[in-house]
Amino acid sequence: MTYSDLSRSIRELIESHGMPEREVYLDNENSGLIFPESLKAMEDAYNLSGRGHPSITHLRGWMSYQMLYEATESMASAINCSPSEIVYTHSGTEANNLAILGSAGPSHDRKKILVSSIEHLSVIFPAERLQKYGFKVIRVPVNGEGFVDLDFLSKNVDRETLLVSIAAVNHEIGTIQDMKAIRDVVRDKDENVLIHTDACDALGRVPLDLKALDVDLASFSSHKVYGPKGVGALYVREGIKLEPIIYGQLSTQKLWPGVENVPGVVGFSKAVEILHKNFGEYVAKMTDLRDRLIRGIIEGIDHTILNGPTGDRRSPDNVNVSFLYCEGEALTVELSMRGVYVSSGSACTSRVLEPSHVLLAIGRKYEEAHGSLLMKVSPFVTAEDIDYVLEVLPKVVDRIRSLSPIKPRGR
Amino acid sequence: MSELSSRVPLTYSKKVLELFRNPKNLGRIENADAEALAGSLACGDMIAIYLKVDEATEKIVDAKFESYGCAANIAAASILTEMVIGKTLQEAWKISWKTISDELGGLPAVKYHCGILAVGALRRAIRAYYANRPKPDWLPSDLTQEEKHALEEEKLMEIMAKRAQRAVS
Repeated sequence: MTYSDLSRSIRELIESHGMPEREVYLDNENSGLIFPESLKAMEDAYNLSGRGHPSITHLRGWMSYQMLYEATESMASAINCSPSEIVYTHSGTEANNLAILGSAGPSHDRKKILVSSIEHLSVIFPAERLQKYGFKVIRVPVNGEGFVDLDFLSKNVDRETLLVSIAAVNHEIGTIQDMKAIRDVVRDKDENVLIHTDACDALGRVPLDLKALDVDLASFSSHKVYGPKGVGALYVREGIKLEPIIYGQLSTQKLWPGVENVPGVVGFSKAVEILHKNFGEYVAKMTDLRDRLIRGIIEGIDHTILNGPTGDRRSPDNVNVSFLYCEGEALTVELSMRGVYVSSGSACTSRVLEPSHVLLAIGRKYEEAHGSLLMKVSPFVTAEDIDYVLEVLPKVVDRIRSLSPIKPRGR
Repeated sequence: MSELSSRVPLTYSKKVLELFRNPKNLGRIENADAEALAGSLACGDMIAIYLKVDEATEKIVDAKFESYGCAANIAAASILTEMVIGKTLQEAWKISWKTISDELGGLPAVKYHCGILAVGALRRAIRAYYANRPKPDWLPSDLTQEEKHALEEEKLMEIMAKRAQRAVS
């Protein structure tokens, strides 16, 4: 299939799908809406100061630099680090790659990397890539709710260990790790082990203070915090040595060549500022919506299992439920036709043979993972939206189950 | 732009979406003359085919399906039942997954296996029909590619599911 074939078929598909009368967007794991203020800030950046290249010596260059600096300063103050500790990339994936591959470059005697078994693939894949170059990668197991096994971690950290990478908040099941305990366990064994946290799903969901968190590296993604797509950042604690993983003409930052996406950074920084300012209100709102949705599903639909922890150990936006006797992709397509957008951990959805590695790691069976839906509420979602989802979902699940040769028995 | 990855959006045709919305011949046939199941819950796709056959002419007079799987899986099983009604078992045996794909307006490459699974289920049902009857000459004794595919998928998933369970415990 070529690009033009694909585009033609997609156009037909959009037409035959039709525009639903009502829409509720809950696929914030994959991407989502941008704060209008962020978009406005970006427009101003494109039109005004952000048009230049921030490392060039003329008025428009200086103005671009100033704009980049002010955006960085605002972001640094929200997450409590110094502006010089932020490296911009073009995605959270790139930030994770820089953290893992960039720390391996200068390492000569430490050849062991520990990642949790539920990390994002942008952590697992670069780590596994390093196996080709003599690194040993150990996946730290998690319990049924996704919390890392601290004993295992402690037993496996040693003087050979270069890096431990564990996400503060899991992207699929919302587990909020005890980062302080993880950090203490690692540093107790060897205080020179680097600690990286993929904080893409933590920012705006849990209090995030990098000084208090006391890790060496932390990744962020703009679109995960309702900023523009195409911008990410890596926090690199002062004094930590990384090697760049891409090469070219440097702009203002040493670790990532190429011109910075100045308007993107401005939009990102604005989104972080909005989340920071409204943190308490948004978290309370999202927690209410999350629990309304979880309760409605678990109490209203038979044969459902919540994946991940409950209460304040779970990210305020995360809802992940397995609908037994249903295949997840069929659910996502059926929901789409009713204007509800979600994603699934089924193998069909990820286009690989195995369903979500996160769900398998917490002990879910294949068929439980195939029937999973991941829904994330956001500050843009209302209680009425959730009620609409709860009205549609039982019908959708009933219909998909009615097609199957294996019918549910009992409750 | 560069080569496409395996994660391009799925290009379900109008026909696939239509059959997903309103499947034809959905359900079971009580006292079916032949029925078979292919795939498993662990695979994430499963198709059951039920056939009513006229004994004298060996013509399929009714066919129904049930399916656990994605939209393509449901559409493939549904269109297959439409295609076989009125055909003799010998004619039905010859239907390939490619024909199913063509009838559906082309399946995306990552969904070819849905067509293969549907054919696998149909051929198992046809074999089941002849289990207690004299076997016709046209029915091969060795499993065809499509039947092997279904079998391999089932076995592979069993192994992978066991391995995953072991890794967790």
